[in-house]
Amino acid sequence: MTLLQARGLTKAYGPTPALSGADFALRAGEVVAVMGPSGSGKSTLLHCLAGIVRPDAGTLTYDGRDLTALSDTARSALRRTDFGFVFQFGQLVPELTCAENVALPLRLNGEKRKAAEARAVEWLARLEVDGTAGKRPGEISGGQGQRVAVARALVTAPRVIFADEPTGALDSLNGERVMRLLTEASRDTGAAVVLVTHEARVAAWSDREVVVRDGAVRDPERIA
Amino acid sequence: MPSGQLYKVRIHAVYSDAMSIGHTLLGLLESGPRHGYDLKRAFDERFGHDRPLHYGQVYSTMSRLLKNGLVVVDGIEPGGGPERKRYAITDAGITDVAQWLATPEKPEPYLQSTLYTKVVLALLTGRAAAELLDTQRAEHLRLMRELTRRKRDGDLADQLICDHALFHLEADLRWLELTAARLDALAAEVRR
Repeated sequence: MTLLQARGLTKAYGPTPALSGADFALRAGEVVAVMGPSGSGKSTLLHCLAGIVRPDAGTLTYDGRDLTALSDTARSALRRTDFGFVFQFGQLVPELTCAENVALPLRLNGEKRKAAEARAVEWLARLEVDGTAGKRPGEISGGQGQRVAVARALVTAPRVIFADEPTGALDSLNGERVMRLLTEASRDTGAAVVLVTHEARVAAWSDREVVVRDGAVRDPERIA
Repeated sequence: MPSGQLYKVRIHAVYSDAMSIGHTLLGLLESGPRHGYDLKRAFDERFGHDRPLHYGQVYSTMSRLLKNGLVVVDGIEPGGGPERKRYAITDAGITDVAQWLATPEKPEPYLQSTLYTKVVLALLTGRAAAELLDTQRAEHLRLMRELTRRKRDGDLADQLICDHALFHLEADLRWLELTAARLDALAAEVRR
Protein backbone atom coordinates (compact mmCIF):
# COMPACT_ATOMS: atom_id res chain seq x y z
CA MET A 1 0.00 0.00 0.00
CA THR A 2 1.37 3.43 -0.95
CA LEU A 3 1.49 5.53 2.20
CA LEU A 4 3.15 8.69 0.97
CA GLN A 5 3.16 9.90 -2.63
CA ALA A 6 4.65 12.99 -4.25
CA ARG A 7 4.18 14.03 -7.87
CA GLY A 8 5.92 16.85 -9.69
CA LEU A 9 7.22 18.59 -6.55
CA THR A 10 9.02 21.86 -7.22
CA LYS A 11 10.70 24.10 -4.68
CA ALA A 12 13.03 27.06 -5.10
CA TYR A 13 14.85 29.13 -2.51
CA GLY A 14 14.85 32.57 -4.11
CA PRO A 15 16.29 32.17 -7.61
CA THR A 16 17.86 28.80 -6.75
CA PRO A 17 15.80 25.73 -7.73
CA ALA A 18 16.07 22.89 -5.20
CA LEU A 19 13.44 20.52 -6.61
CA SER A 20 12.30 20.48 -10.21
CA GLY A 21 9.44 18.02 -10.66
CA ALA A 22 10.32 15.31 -8.14
CA ASP A 23 8.19 12.13 -7.98
CA PHE A 24 8.40 9.79 -5.01
CA ALA A 25 6.35 6.94 -3.52
CA LEU A 26 6.74 5.23 -0.16
CA ARG A 27 4.99 1.96 0.68
CA ALA A 28 3.97 1.19 4.26
CA GLY A 29 6.77 -0.43 6.23
CA GLU A 30 9.56 -0.12 3.64
CA VAL A 31 12.96 1.52 4.08
CA VAL A 32 13.90 3.74 1.14
CA ALA A 33 17.30 5.41 0.80
CA VAL A 34 17.38 8.80 -0.92
CA MET A 35 20.85 9.25 -2.40
CA GLY A 36 22.56 11.87 -4.52
CA PRO A 37 25.44 14.33 -4.54
CA SER A 38 25.62 17.32 -2.19
CA GLY A 39 23.22 20.05 -3.22
CA SER A 40 21.12 17.72 -5.40
CA GLY A 41 17.93 18.44 -3.43
CA LYS A 42 17.65 15.31 -1.28
CA SER A 43 17.21 17.16 2.05
CA THR A 44 14.67 19.53 0.47
CA LEU A 45 12.78 16.48 -0.80
CA LEU A 46 12.75 15.02 2.73
CA HIS A 47 11.58 18.33 4.24
CA CYS A 48 8.74 18.57 1.68
CA LEU A 49 7.69 14.93 2.20
CA ALA A 50 7.63 15.46 5.97
CA GLY A 51 5.53 18.61 5.71
CA ILE A 52 8.27 20.78 7.20
CA VAL A 53 8.60 22.81 3.99
CA ARG A 54 5.67 23.60 1.71
CA PRO A 55 6.49 22.86 -1.98
CA ASP A 56 5.90 25.61 -4.57
CA ALA A 57 3.98 23.20 -6.83
CA GLY A 58 3.08 19.53 -7.15
CA THR A 59 0.91 17.14 -5.19
CA LEU A 60 1.70 15.38 -1.93
CA THR A 61 -0.61 12.82 -0.38
CA TYR A 62 -0.19 10.95 2.89
CA ASP A 63 -2.57 8.09 3.68
CA GLY A 64 -5.03 9.52 1.14
CA ARG A 65 -4.88 13.07 2.53
CA ASP A 66 -3.60 16.06 0.54
CA LEU A 67 -0.71 17.35 2.69
CA THR A 68 -0.36 20.61 0.77
CA ALA A 69 -3.96 21.54 1.59
CA LEU A 70 -3.48 21.17 5.37
CA SER A 71 -3.03 24.25 7.57
CA ASP A 72 0.29 24.75 9.36
CA THR A 73 -1.34 23.67 12.63
CA ALA A 74 -2.76 20.51 11.10
CA ARG A 75 0.60 19.63 9.54
CA SER A 76 2.36 20.18 12.88
CA ALA A 77 -0.14 17.87 14.56
CA LEU A 78 0.42 15.22 11.88
CA ARG A 79 4.18 15.46 12.34
CA ARG A 80 3.78 14.88 16.10
CA THR A 81 1.48 11.86 15.78
CA ASP A 82 2.49 10.08 12.56
CA PHE A 83 6.07 11.07 11.80
CA GLY A 84 9.38 10.64 13.62
CA PHE A 85 12.63 12.49 12.85
CA VAL A 86 16.33 11.70 13.17
CA PHE A 87 18.88 14.33 12.11
CA GLN A 88 22.64 14.23 11.59
CA PHE A 89 23.48 15.81 14.94
CA GLY A 90 20.75 14.32 17.15
CA GLN A 91 19.34 17.73 18.03
CA LEU A 92 18.57 16.70 21.58
CA VAL A 93 17.54 19.42 24.05
CA PRO A 94 20.72 19.99 26.10
CA GLU A 95 18.91 21.02 29.31
CA LEU A 96 16.83 17.83 29.52
CA THR A 97 18.00 14.34 30.49
CA CYS A 98 18.02 11.67 27.79
CA ALA A 99 14.86 10.09 29.23
CA GLU A 100 13.15 13.50 29.22
CA ASN A 101 14.30 14.07 25.62
CA VAL A 102 12.80 10.77 24.49
CA ALA A 103 9.61 11.45 26.45
CA LEU A 104 9.23 14.93 24.94
CA PRO A 105 7.10 13.98 21.86
CA LEU A 106 4.74 12.03 24.17
CA ARG A 107 4.48 14.99 26.56
CA LEU A 108 3.70 17.31 23.59
CA ASN A 109 0.90 14.90 22.68
CA GLY A 110 -0.53 15.32 26.19
CA GLU A 111 0.74 12.18 27.91
CA LYS A 112 1.42 12.35 31.69
CA ARG A 113 5.08 12.74 32.71
CA LYS A 114 5.45 9.43 34.59
CA ALA A 115 3.92 7.28 31.85
CA ALA A 116 5.84 9.14 29.15
CA GLU A 117 9.18 8.70 30.92
CA ALA A 118 8.50 5.04 31.62
CA ARG A 119 7.98 4.44 27.90
CA ALA A 120 11.07 6.53 27.14
CA VAL A 121 13.20 4.31 29.39
CA GLU A 122 11.86 1.21 27.62
CA TRP A 123 12.90 2.66 24.27
CA LEU A 124 16.33 3.65 25.58
CA ALA A 125 16.85 0.04 26.66
CA ARG A 126 15.74 -1.22 23.27
CA LEU A 127 18.27 1.09 21.60
CA GLU A 128 20.96 -0.26 23.99
CA VAL A 129 21.48 3.09 25.76
CA ASP A 130 19.54 2.51 28.99
CA GLY A 131 22.51 3.83 30.98
CA THR A 132 21.95 7.32 29.57
CA ALA A 133 18.42 7.85 30.99
CA GLY A 134 19.49 10.25 33.77
CA LYS A 135 22.32 11.93 31.82
CA ARG A 136 22.18 15.10 29.76
CA PRO A 137 23.22 15.02 26.04
CA GLY A 138 26.51 16.77 26.82
CA GLU A 139 27.53 13.86 29.06
CA ILE A 140 27.19 11.07 26.46
CA SER A 141 29.06 10.15 23.24
CA GLY A 142 27.93 11.06 19.72
CA GLY A 143 26.99 7.44 18.97
CA GLN A 144 24.91 7.19 22.14
CA GLY A 145 23.29 10.55 21.32
CA GLN A 146 22.18 9.29 17.92
CA ARG A 147 20.65 6.18 19.50
CA VAL A 148 18.79 8.41 21.98
CA ALA A 149 17.56 10.44 18.96
CA VAL A 150 16.34 7.23 17.28
CA ALA A 151 14.50 6.27 20.50
CA ARG A 152 12.85 9.70 20.50
CA ALA A 153 11.79 9.24 16.86
CA LEU A 154 10.24 5.83 17.58
CA VAL A 155 8.59 6.47 20.95
CA THR A 156 5.30 7.75 19.47
CA ALA A 157 5.01 4.63 17.22
CA PRO A 158 5.12 6.75 14.04
CA ARG A 159 4.13 5.35 10.64
CA VAL A 160 7.01 7.13 8.89
CA ILE A 161 10.50 7.97 10.15
CA PHE A 162 12.45 10.64 8.31
CA ALA A 163 16.20 10.27 8.84
CA ASP A 164 18.53 12.90 7.37
CA GLU A 165 22.14 11.63 7.32
CA PRO A 166 21.60 9.87 10.68
CA THR A 167 25.13 8.43 10.71
CA GLY A 168 26.89 11.38 9.06
CA ALA A 169 28.72 12.40 12.24
CA LEU A 170 29.59 8.88 13.42
CA ASP A 171 32.48 6.47 12.81
CA SER A 172 31.83 3.25 10.85
CA LEU A 173 31.11 1.02 13.85
CA ASN A 174 28.74 3.46 15.59
CA GLY A 175 27.07 4.29 12.29
CA GLU A 176 26.44 0.61 11.66
CA ARG A 177 25.01 0.14 15.16
CA VAL A 178 22.59 3.04 14.63
CA MET A 179 21.48 1.64 11.26
CA ARG A 180 21.01 -1.89 12.62
CA LEU A 181 18.92 -0.64 15.55
CA LEU A 182 16.94 1.83 13.43
CA THR A 183 16.04 -0.72 10.76
CA GLU A 184 15.30 -3.51 13.28
CA ALA A 185 13.05 -1.24 15.35
CA SER A 186 11.24 0.14 12.30
CA ARG A 187 10.64 -3.40 10.97
CA ASP A 188 9.34 -4.55 14.35
CA THR A 189 6.94 -1.62 14.62
CA GLY A 190 6.01 -1.53 10.92
CA ALA A 191 7.23 2.03 10.44
CA ALA A 192 8.43 3.09 6.98
CA VAL A 193 11.74 4.96 6.78
CA VAL A 194 12.88 7.67 4.38
CA LEU A 195 16.64 7.66 4.77
CA VAL A 196 18.64 10.50 3.24
CA THR A 197 22.29 9.54 2.88
CA HIS A 198 25.23 9.95 0.55
CA GLU A 199 26.94 6.83 1.95
CA ALA A 200 26.41 3.58 0.05
CA ARG A 201 27.10 1.41 3.12
CA VAL A 202 24.28 3.21 4.95
CA ALA A 203 21.95 2.95 1.95
CA ALA A 204 22.64 -0.80 1.87
CA TRP A 205 20.44 -1.14 5.00
CA SER A 206 17.43 0.00 2.93
CA ASP A 207 15.02 -2.07 0.82
CA ARG A 208 15.56 0.11 -2.26
CA GLU A 209 17.08 3.41 -3.23
CA VAL A 210 16.20 6.43 -5.33
CA VAL A 211 18.74 8.93 -6.64
CA VAL A 212 18.17 12.69 -6.64
CA ARG A 213 20.03 14.64 -9.32
CA ASP A 214 19.49 18.31 -10.09
CA GLY A 215 16.24 18.32 -8.14
CA ALA A 216 14.69 15.36 -9.98
CA VAL A 217 14.32 11.79 -8.68
CA ARG A 218 15.67 8.83 -10.61
CA ASP A 219 14.38 5.48 -9.52
CA PRO A 220 16.76 2.65 -10.58
CA GLU A 221 13.86 0.16 -10.33
CA ARG A 222 12.20 2.08 -13.15
CA ILE A 223 15.45 2.52 -15.10
CA ALA A 224 16.10 -1.23 -15.00
CA MET B 1 51.52 -21.88 -6.07
CA PRO B 2 53.16 -18.94 -4.18
CA SER B 3 50.63 -16.34 -3.05
CA GLY B 4 52.19 -13.56 -5.19
CA GLN B 5 51.88 -15.70 -8.32
CA LEU B 6 48.35 -16.72 -7.38
CA TYR B 7 47.42 -13.05 -7.02
CA LYS B 8 48.77 -12.28 -10.49
CA VAL B 9 46.90 -15.21 -12.02
CA ARG B 10 43.72 -14.10 -10.28
CA ILE B 11 44.03 -10.50 -11.52
CA HIS B 12 44.83 -11.71 -15.01
CA ALA B 13 41.82 -14.05 -15.01
CA VAL B 14 39.52 -11.30 -13.79
CA TYR B 15 40.81 -8.85 -16.39
CA SER B 16 40.53 -11.38 -19.20
CA ASP B 17 36.96 -12.22 -18.22
CA ALA B 18 35.91 -8.68 -17.53
CA MET B 19 37.36 -6.96 -20.58
CA SER B 20 35.30 -8.16 -23.52
CA ILE B 21 37.60 -7.58 -26.49
CA GLY B 22 34.94 -8.71 -28.95
CA HIS B 23 32.40 -6.17 -27.77
CA THR B 24 34.99 -3.42 -27.67
CA LEU B 25 36.09 -4.11 -31.26
CA LEU B 26 32.45 -4.24 -32.34
CA GLY B 27 31.82 -0.89 -30.65
CA LEU B 28 34.79 0.62 -32.48
CA LEU B 29 33.34 -0.62 -35.77
CA GLU B 30 30.13 1.33 -35.19
CA SER B 31 31.76 4.52 -36.47
CA GLY B 32 32.54 2.82 -39.84
CA PRO B 33 34.29 -0.18 -41.47
CA ARG B 34 37.95 -0.74 -40.56
CA HIS B 35 40.82 -3.10 -41.33
CA GLY B 36 42.12 -5.41 -38.62
CA TYR B 37 45.32 -3.42 -38.08
CA ASP B 38 43.30 -0.21 -37.89
CA LEU B 39 41.08 -1.79 -35.23
CA LYS B 40 44.11 -2.86 -33.19
CA ARG B 41 45.55 0.66 -33.36
CA ALA B 42 42.23 2.23 -32.27
CA PHE B 43 41.87 -0.28 -29.43
CA ASP B 44 45.45 0.24 -28.17
CA GLU B 45 45.11 4.01 -28.36
CA ARG B 46 41.93 4.15 -26.27
CA PHE B 47 41.97 1.07 -24.08
CA GLY B 48 45.29 -0.76 -24.52
CA HIS B 49 47.58 1.51 -22.47
CA ASP B 50 49.72 -1.10 -20.72
CA ARG B 51 48.09 -4.16 -22.36
CA PRO B 52 48.16 -3.68 -26.15
CA LEU B 53 46.35 -6.29 -28.24
CA HIS B 54 48.29 -8.91 -30.19
CA TYR B 55 47.48 -9.10 -33.88
CA GLY B 56 46.56 -12.74 -33.34
CA GLN B 57 43.92 -11.73 -30.79
CA VAL B 58 42.40 -9.27 -33.25
CA TYR B 59 42.16 -11.77 -36.08
CA SER B 60 40.88 -14.64 -33.96
CA THR B 61 38.26 -12.33 -32.44
CA MET B 62 37.21 -11.02 -35.87
CA SER B 63 36.89 -14.61 -37.17
CA ARG B 64 34.59 -15.42 -34.27
CA LEU B 65 32.50 -12.28 -34.84
CA LEU B 66 32.32 -13.08 -38.55
CA LYS B 67 31.19 -16.65 -37.84
CA ASN B 68 28.51 -15.35 -35.46
CA GLY B 69 27.19 -12.87 -38.03
CA LEU B 70 28.10 -9.82 -35.96
CA VAL B 71 30.44 -8.44 -38.66
CA VAL B 72 30.77 -8.92 -42.42
CA VAL B 73 33.74 -8.51 -44.72
CA ASP B 74 33.15 -5.16 -46.39
CA GLY B 75 36.05 -5.36 -48.83
CA ILE B 76 39.46 -6.89 -49.46
CA GLU B 77 42.49 -4.82 -50.44
CA PRO B 78 44.19 -6.02 -53.67
CA GLY B 79 46.86 -8.63 -53.07
CA GLY B 80 45.67 -8.97 -49.52
CA GLY B 81 45.94 -11.88 -47.15
CA PRO B 82 43.56 -12.16 -44.20
CA GLU B 83 45.09 -9.04 -42.63
CA ARG B 84 43.85 -6.88 -45.52
CA LYS B 85 40.15 -7.58 -44.93
CA ARG B 86 37.96 -4.64 -44.08
CA TYR B 87 35.19 -5.41 -41.55
CA ALA B 88 31.80 -3.76 -41.08
CA ILE B 89 29.42 -4.25 -38.18
CA THR B 90 26.00 -5.85 -38.90
CA ASP B 91 22.63 -4.95 -37.33
CA ALA B 92 23.03 -8.01 -35.09
CA GLY B 93 26.44 -6.66 -34.06
CA ILE B 94 24.98 -3.27 -33.14
CA THR B 95 22.28 -5.00 -31.06
CA ASP B 96 24.97 -7.10 -29.37
CA VAL B 97 26.97 -4.00 -28.37
CA ALA B 98 23.81 -2.29 -27.11
CA GLN B 99 22.96 -5.33 -24.97
CA TRP B 100 26.46 -5.53 -23.55
CA LEU B 101 26.45 -1.83 -22.65
CA ALA B 102 23.01 -2.08 -21.03
CA THR B 103 23.87 -5.15 -18.91
CA PRO B 104 25.43 -4.33 -15.54
CA GLU B 105 28.69 -6.09 -14.74
CA LYS B 106 28.85 -8.45 -11.80
CA PRO B 107 30.30 -6.24 -9.06
CA GLU B 108 33.83 -7.42 -8.34
CA PRO B 109 37.30 -5.97 -7.86
CA TYR B 110 39.30 -4.66 -10.82
CA LEU B 111 36.11 -3.72 -12.64
CA GLN B 112 37.14 -0.18 -13.53
CA SER B 113 38.84 -1.19 -16.75
CA THR B 114 35.60 -2.63 -18.17
CA LEU B 115 33.43 0.16 -16.82
CA TYR B 116 35.75 2.80 -18.23
CA THR B 117 35.61 1.09 -21.62
CA LYS B 118 31.80 0.94 -21.50
CA VAL B 119 31.46 4.61 -20.57
CA VAL B 120 33.84 5.76 -23.32
CA LEU B 121 32.14 3.54 -25.90
CA ALA B 122 28.70 4.80 -24.86
CA LEU B 123 29.90 8.38 -25.33
CA LEU B 124 31.59 7.53 -28.65
CA THR B 125 28.42 5.93 -29.99
CA GLY B 126 26.00 8.56 -28.69
CA ARG B 127 24.38 6.32 -26.06
CA ALA B 128 23.27 7.34 -22.58
CA ALA B 129 26.41 6.96 -20.45
CA ALA B 130 24.65 8.37 -17.35
CA GLU B 131 22.05 5.59 -17.50
CA LEU B 132 24.78 2.99 -17.85
CA LEU B 133 26.37 4.34 -14.65
CA ASP B 134 22.99 4.40 -12.85
CA THR B 135 22.30 0.80 -13.86
CA GLN B 136 25.70 -0.24 -12.55
CA ARG B 137 25.18 1.71 -9.31
CA ALA B 138 21.89 -0.15 -8.76
CA GLU B 139 23.64 -3.49 -9.31
CA HIS B 140 26.39 -2.59 -6.84
CA LEU B 141 23.82 -1.53 -4.24
CA ARG B 142 21.86 -4.74 -4.79
CA LEU B 143 24.96 -6.76 -3.88
CA MET B 144 25.73 -4.43 -0.95
CA ARG B 145 22.22 -5.08 0.40
CA GLU B 146 22.75 -8.81 0.10
CA LEU B 147 26.06 -8.55 1.99
CA THR B 148 24.48 -6.30 4.65
CA ARG B 149 21.74 -8.89 5.22
CA ARG B 150 24.33 -11.65 5.46
CA LYS B 151 26.34 -9.56 7.89
CA ARG B 152 23.27 -8.80 10.03
CA ASP B 153 22.38 -12.47 10.36
CA GLY B 154 25.92 -13.84 10.51
CA ASP B 155 28.69 -14.36 13.07
CA LEU B 156 31.74 -12.15 13.51
CA ALA B 157 33.68 -13.94 10.72
CA ASP B 158 30.79 -13.27 8.34
CA GLN B 159 30.72 -9.65 9.44
CA LEU B 160 34.44 -9.15 8.79
CA ILE B 161 34.37 -10.85 5.39
CA CYS B 162 31.29 -8.89 4.33
CA ASP B 163 32.80 -5.63 5.63
CA HIS B 164 35.82 -6.15 3.39
CA ALA B 165 33.65 -6.67 0.33
CA LEU B 166 31.37 -3.75 1.30
CA PHE B 167 34.27 -1.30 1.55
CA HIS B 168 35.53 -2.35 -1.89
CA LEU B 169 32.08 -1.99 -3.41
CA GLU B 170 31.71 1.39 -1.76
CA ALA B 171 34.99 2.49 -3.37
CA ASP B 172 33.62 1.38 -6.76
CA LEU B 173 30.44 3.34 -6.14
CA ARG B 174 32.40 6.47 -5.30
CA TRP B 175 34.24 6.04 -8.58
CA LEU B 176 30.90 5.67 -10.40
CA GLU B 177 29.59 8.82 -8.71
CA LEU B 178 32.69 10.83 -9.58
CA THR B 179 32.64 9.57 -13.17
CA ALA B 180 28.96 10.59 -13.43
CA ALA B 181 29.94 14.07 -12.23
CA ARG B 182 32.71 14.19 -14.85
CA LEU B 183 30.70 12.84 -17.80
CA ASP B 184 30.45 16.18 -19.60
CA ALA B 185 34.21 16.68 -19.42
CA LEU B 186 34.83 13.09 -20.54
CA ALA B 187 32.37 13.47 -23.44
CA ALA B 188 34.22 16.59 -24.62
CA GLU B 189 37.55 14.71 -24.36
CA VAL B 190 36.27 11.69 -26.28
CA ARG B 191 34.80 13.78 -29.11
CA ARG B 192 37.98 15.81 -29.55
